[in-house]
Amino acid sequence: MERFDYLIIGNSVGAVGCIETLRSFDKGSSIAVIGEEPHHVYSRALLPYYLDNEVPVEKMLYRPVDFYERLGVTPVLGRRAVGLDTAGHVVKLDDGRTISYGKLLLATGGRPIVPPIPGLDTEKENISNFVALQDLQRISRLLPLARRAVVLGGGIIGLMAAEALHKKGLEVSVVELAPRVLAPVVDEFTSRLIEEAFRRSAVAIYTGTTFKEVQGGERATGVVLTDGTSLPCDLLVVAVGVVPRVDLAREAGLAVNRGILVNQQMETSAAGVYACGDCAEVYDFLMGNRRVLPLWPNAYAGGRVAAYNMLGMKREYDRATSMNAMHFFDLNIITAGLNTAGEKDGFEVISRFDASSRSYRRFVLKDDRIHGFTLVTGIARAGIFLHLMRRGCPVTSFKEKLLEGEFGYLTIPEGLRRELLIDEGVMSEHAVANQ
Amino acid sequence: MPRVVVKPEVCIGCHLCEVWCVVAHSRSKNILKAFLYETPRPVPRVVVEENLPFTLPVHCRHCSEPSCVEACISGALYRDPLTGRVEHDAGRCVGCYSCVMACPYGAVVMDEVNRKIARCDLCKEMGEPTCVKQCPNRALVYQDSFTS
Repeated sequence: MERFDYLIIGNSVGAVGCIETLRSFDKGSSIAVIGEEPHHVYSRALLPYYLDNEVPVEKMLYRPVDFYERLGVTPVLGRRAVGLDTAGHVVKLDDGRTISYGKLLLATGGRPIVPPIPGLDTEKENISNFVALQDLQRISRLLPLARRAVVLGGGIIGLMAAEALHKKGLEVSVVELAPRVLAPVVDEFTSRLIEEAFRRSAVAIYTGTTFKEVQGGERATGVVLTDGTSLPCDLLVVAVGVVPRVDLAREAGLAVNRGILVNQQMETSAAGVYACGDCAEVYDFLMGNRRVLPLWPNAYAGGRVAAYNMLGMKREYDRATSMNAMHFFDLNIITAGLNTAGEKDGFEVISRFDASSRSYRRFVLKDDRIHGFTLVTGIARAGIFLHLMRRGCPVTSFKEKLLEGEFGYLTIPEGLRRELLIDEGVMSEHAVANQ
Repeated sequence: MPRVVVKPEVCIGCHLCEVWCVVAHSRSKNILKAFLYETPRPVPRVVVEENLPFTLPVHCRHCSEPSCVEACISGALYRDPLTGRVEHDAGRCVGCYSCVMACPYGAVVMDEVNRKIARCDLCKEMGEPTCVKQCPNRALVYQDSFTS
């Protein structure tokens, strides 16, 4: 039986975060990564860009082609892990092979949801999810003959797919069950700005409704909405989100809620087994509890923290929360934290909208600190706000300035500024001493 | 890891670091040609904050655990383990601006014309950062920071 010191199940961003950190400290140990898809590590988040701009496939690679070789990683690709014995430290593959490990990381990601609607079946040739390279290849093949597309789901992926299809010249409709697009991700005002941007580009948005049925046989020919509206289509994209892939963990007896439960060291209920990314439930420092945070930066950072602990260097993941950078047509949007929370939830909310530039800012405050924010259009230097939020910095004394376009470090009171800039040595020692 | 460190107490807010940054990243490397004829003109990769009488230039810190690399969805941003520099392969950048969300220093500059980002590359092909060389009051220093 093959044995690796470090074994990773899943071949995306969480795996890379783990591998790069392991190799920063440990050049000698053996590492293997198991990937269900036969591809070199690629970025799922690039799918909408590929459809839009015809980026060559090699540009979708998340790391260079020599990544595994250079970092001394054994890739086991095109194979699925079907069994996990945490007592014996053994993983079983779908070809019957077994691999034993010293430490294990589960980075199994999410599985796209296909709601139970009559006729909605991704086995049909023109109905596809939008999360994997094969989905993209399938949609790309259908594009030359497609005129009309319907996208089920008005979340980030659904809307990005809709915009990309629109730019390919298709007539596109988006169907969202909630009363507005991106309902759990942005506040209502931002939803309306986004809906307006889509409608201005003649992409139809249907909210508060869903499919009653999908028409057609082997091929979908159209959909009927619950309100009776009929939308013919040549292409149907299902983008209503993903659920954590936890089957392997659950069958192995690990503690699983919605996602695989991990402590702040990213370790699961089984010693030596870690989890990160879309499959895991991690500690949200703003909520004060564990939740699934299926977001790119959290997967990488979770993989990194897991790696530290796998190496025996104790590290806690104490900065995870929700965060999104999005763009739809000419709108750039960045949100983070509890950005949709409001006064009824016990927060103070300050906001400003400038109609001429369609720029919008909204900050959610409590106990003298930022708990969430939304920036639309004026997103430059947004990370400073994220930094203030993560550090729990007191902001009451300058809270009105948060809404100003030119916010920067010089807007922050001197003492706090010095504290924030000293970390990575923005200012010289001399300057710090003299302030 | 050497990088650009600022002495804000002697920064006079002339913005010449921005000007010379544009020149250093222009095709011609000539100040007149870069500003008169090159379109689109490169964006300056240093942000000079102004809250008069105070000014503060902010450059990429080439962090040891860069938040921008963590957030980058395309793999365009990466940290070279040998040099410690954070590198950006503009050819892979799709302009998602996740790094703008992530950078704690606001040191990732949005290049909206090209829908990409730009950040201080320490003028690595020229030996020393041009902004440091050209700063008239020596407010910028290229050095190993006292913390890392």
